Amino acid sequence: MKIPQLSMFMENKPGRLSDPCRRLAEAGINIVTLSLADTQQFGILRLIVRDWEKARDVLTGAGCVVTVTEVVATEVEDRPGGLATILEVIEKAGLNIEYMYAFTFRSGDKAVLVFRFNDADAAIQVLQDNGINVIGGVEL
Amino acid sequence: MSTEFPYENRIFDPAETMPRADLHALQLQRLRETVARAGQVPFYASLFKKEGITPESIKTLDDLRRLPFTNKSDMRDNYPLGLCAVPRAELARIHGSSGTTGMPTFVGYTKNDLDMWAGLCARFLVAGGLRPEHTVQVSFGYGLFTGGFGLHYGIERVGAAIIPAASGNTSRQIMLMRDLKPEVLICTPSYALNIAEVCRSMGLDPRELSLKFAHFGGEMWTEDMRAQIERELDILAFNNYGLSEIIGPGVSGECAARSGMHLQEDHFLVECLDPDTLEPVEDYAYGELVITALTREAMPMIRYRTRDIAALDPCPCACGRTSRRMGRVVGRTDDMLIIRGVNVFPSQIEEALLAVEGAAPHYLIEVTRPNNLDEVSVKVEVRPEFFSDKMSEMQALRDRIDRKIQAYTGIHVTVELVAPKTIERSAGKAVRVVDNRKLRS
Repeated sequence: MKIPQLSMFMENKPGRLSDPCRRLAEAGINIVTLSLADTQQFGILRLIVRDWEKARDVLTGAGCVVTVTEVVATEVEDRPGGLATILEVIEKAGLNIEYMYAFTFRSGDKAVLVFRFNDADAAIQVLQDNGINVIGGVEL
Repeated sequence: MSTEFPYENRIFDPAETMPRADLHALQLQRLRETVARAGQVPFYASLFKKEGITPESIKTLDDLRRLPFTNKSDMRDNYPLGLCAVPRAELARIHGSSGTTGMPTFVGYTKNDLDMWAGLCARFLVAGGLRPEHTVQVSFGYGLFTGGFGLHYGIERVGAAIIPAASGNTSRQIMLMRDLKPEVLICTPSYALNIAEVCRSMGLDPRELSLKFAHFGGEMWTEDMRAQIERELDILAFNNYGLSEIIGPGVSGECAARSGMHLQEDHFLVECLDPDTLEPVEDYAYGELVITALTREAMPMIRYRTRDIAALDPCPCACGRTSRRMGRVVGRTDDMLIIRGVNVFPSQIEEALLAVEGAAPHYLIEVTRPNNLDEVSVKVEVRPEFFSDKMSEMQALRDRIDRKIQAYTGIHVTVELVAPKTIERSAGKAVRVVDNRKLRS
């Protein structure tokens, strides 16, 4: 149920984002979603793609620093309170969210939340025990 | 050159106007004494023996060129006080300067050395307008650094009052100036501009402070900077030069003519050499200053290679002093940087990086002077195995590098993490430093 996420180090400078994106495009890799964390000097680009192994090789081959981490994706109704319900479950279980981002998927009425936990397995257990739909990579 | 001075041209010590023939005779006599004293130091004794150098073999001042050079590395090799020529009990003070590996180099002084040093500082302070009725704020650090204590005792010798404010805490410095009304300020030139700026941010006009004169040293600066300081603080700014290995401030300083710094040639033999051939350069040409201290008891220094680049001017000065003058130091023959008065070598930063897990020893140091204070940023490549998708871990890595560099160099820098292989590799000597301060204007 865990989803591999690629994280890439990049300097906070014009043009640093377009180069890896172009290389992925040239390799025929579609980006499912991405999120960017930034400071004044550097950023971390986080990517979810279907063929993550190929994407990792393309980016590493281009000289990028890439790590693969496992994140947890859940599906919620795209309506007010959808996120709050899940966060309550996470909070009650005492799970710490390192970071998270969200996107809507296939122009449907569902939103996908991506969480980075220190212990992904424990988090999945808690979410599923509370009836929250944890989705796998194949579904994306 | 104008013979009209902006204030009374006063000379502290009659020795400053000694006829050059008398000066040369005195220098020769003192050079012989220096060779005799240096012979007490094992380092020099073995070099002298090899070259057949004795005090008697010094017949003319030209014989100086037969003497061996002394390098900073010789001080480190003889750490901590191996170059002292007197028993430890005769030392009256020890100063030091930062070294390349976090290991400082120490300089010993006897009571006579301290007395002589105070006199040398008094000379250039009086040349630059200091009078016994003045009050002087010393905003140099008081410590191992020679600037604070050196100037302090020079001021005392002149008979002026001292506010030993030491360095830092600019708003407190300004409060002292506002309330105690010193006429003279002593600090680094960039700190003077910082004081002016902080003054304005406090809603005060720095030109309305009581200051009339300032004596600057400890870092390289330019004529443009002098003009700016004089305009912003409405003062006369004077340059002086010295280095702890030789004595500290007092090797040379400007007079009322403000056209070069008078070398205190009765105490120092100063050569200006081509750093590659070690042959003397022509008058007025840039070369490396090589200094022999003629009157140091504790640590006689023979032909010390300062690595400072400047030019010498033998032309007589309107002020009446008979000494040659040196121009501003415009650069270094090594890669030493002076950051806010602190000596920093790129190798120190490299060693700090090697001591941090996750940092690669590929770096680029950029020095700027945005608001008249030196700022250093260090670009450091992140090693792939230490890259994390968590921002907190990346920032912790950056903080570890920051703290380590501070511990190794004593200065705070801005650490910028960059991707691997983004810092240019060069086949020859790597470019590690980009200095954008424009000191050679």
